[in-house]
Amino acid sequence: MKKTYYLFNAGRMSRKDNTLKFTPVDENGIEGQPKYIPVEGVSDFYCFGALDANSALYNFLGKEQIAVHFFDYYEHYTGSFMPKDYLLAGKMQIAQMKHYSNKTKRLTIARTFVEGATFNIIKNLRYYQSRGKDLAGLIEIIEGYCIQIQYATEIEMLMGIEGNIRQVYYTAFDTILNDFAMNGRSKQPPKNEVNALVSFGNMMCYSLCLGQIHHTQLNPTISFLHEPGYRRYSLALDLAEIFKPILVDRVIFKVLNKKEIQAKDFDVQVNSVVLKDTARKVFVRTFEERLSETIKHRSLNRNVSYKHLVKLECYKLTKHLLEMETYKPFKAWW
Amino acid sequence: MQTTGTHIAYLHTCKRKLWLFANGIGMEHTSETVAEGKLIAETTYLDRARKYTELAIEGIKIDFYDAKNKVVHEVKKSDRVEEAHTAQVKYYLYILAKNGIDHLRAIVEYPKLKQREWVDWNDELLLIASKWEKDVQIIVNSESCPPVINARICKSCSYYELCYVDE
Repeated sequence: MKKTYYLFNAGRMSRKDNTLKFTPVDENGIEGQPKYIPVEGVSDFYCFGALDANSALYNFLGKEQIAVHFFDYYEHYTGSFMPKDYLLAGKMQIAQMKHYSNKTKRLTIARTFVEGATFNIIKNLRYYQSRGKDLAGLIEIIEGYCIQIQYATEIEMLMGIEGNIRQVYYTAFDTILNDFAMNGRSKQPPKNEVNALVSFGNMMCYSLCLGQIHHTQLNPTISFLHEPGYRRYSLALDLAEIFKPILVDRVIFKVLNKKEIQAKDFDVQVNSVVLKDTARKVFVRTFEERLSETIKHRSLNRNVSYKHLVKLECYKLTKHLLEMETYKPFKAWW
Repeated sequence: MQTTGTHIAYLHTCKRKLWLFANGIGMEHTSETVAEGKLIAETTYLDRARKYTELAIEGIKIDFYDAKNKVVHEVKKSDRVEEAHTAQVKYYLYILAKNGIDHLRAIVEYPKLKQREWVDWNDELLLIASKWEKDVQIIVNSESCPPVINARICKSCSYYELCYVDE
């Protein structure tokens, strides 16, 4: 099974024969003990520290279909090195285009994304409701919005409903979390600890979706809910909507309520809050644990990991676009 | 579109697989079974590379052609879809015959099972194989994808998850 590697330390990655060598470098420029990473076991790299590398390495990574995602000091996603597309399918591209440019077809897909996301949001709230948090009122409001989804006749309306749902959902964070408050969503920059974690987590989810899309025939720039090709690989944003509640938010609730990440793990500045290295490491570890958790898939009758669910979502979308089967979004059914 | 040995093999395994594959929806890169098959091809009969010829003609690719004994060799991992394997080599014989190299024999080898299957030339192959060729074109050019076949082989197919995932 191929693994995601997270590079927090600064250092130099190089090709050594047919495998990878990582030499950490400390603040004084002193090289540490090199670590060898067998290339067969790598699915992708997430690079948070300063990475030194040359084109020979990227040629090698490209050939091995290994992506590198980069993040700046403030943990913003800044871009990816994506290997050359290796699964080109003209028929698929055309089908994706057709579903995008036909308003009814586009709305159908966009609606299911919002439906899936909302279902998983409510699932989270119900879970905490059953654990003694009073969320019944918020669940009711969200269910009210949920009914409107099917009547949305424009993408903007749909985005509006989705925004309303998220707003209510985020107020629930203040009830779910024991020692932290969110006080509404703030981005660029996040104004408190919870917002910093949400931004970081959402970006991890986005990169995960992008990575999985790359291993299918879908074109990551043609999206349905989000406007295509706008700033990002927007199909990854579409898919991330469905998975954020179960992959990101649940991890946030866990690390904060179990005090695995505490106030001291954040760097609080005048108008922004940034995760310290300790917080990032804990979050990433817990996120990875979540991704490798498995569930018995109902229709496949097989155990699949949460990470793999993202790929299965791509398959379902593929079938919908090729008009083989109607797309049903992933809904946490247990 | 040119018909290849893979198309003929898939025609005999699963028409849905044939349609998806021919329309660019490949799944081989996700499959450990395929990777294992590739490994077997790369690691068995290494001495053959010197003695035998590699043939590429009209879209088909034959790894081992023993020109001296006039035998086409095809190496496979398991005999799970044996009929598809023999169909594939019959198609090879047909293409070679069309190009003036006729009355060959073919052998499907399963090094892991230590088994082999002989296929002899007969004139009927000309008819049968050209019909397969037409069948492939009809399926591939059809607008809609054929349904799932719900067979035992589905479980080990690289398309299993694509075909059976729902919700």
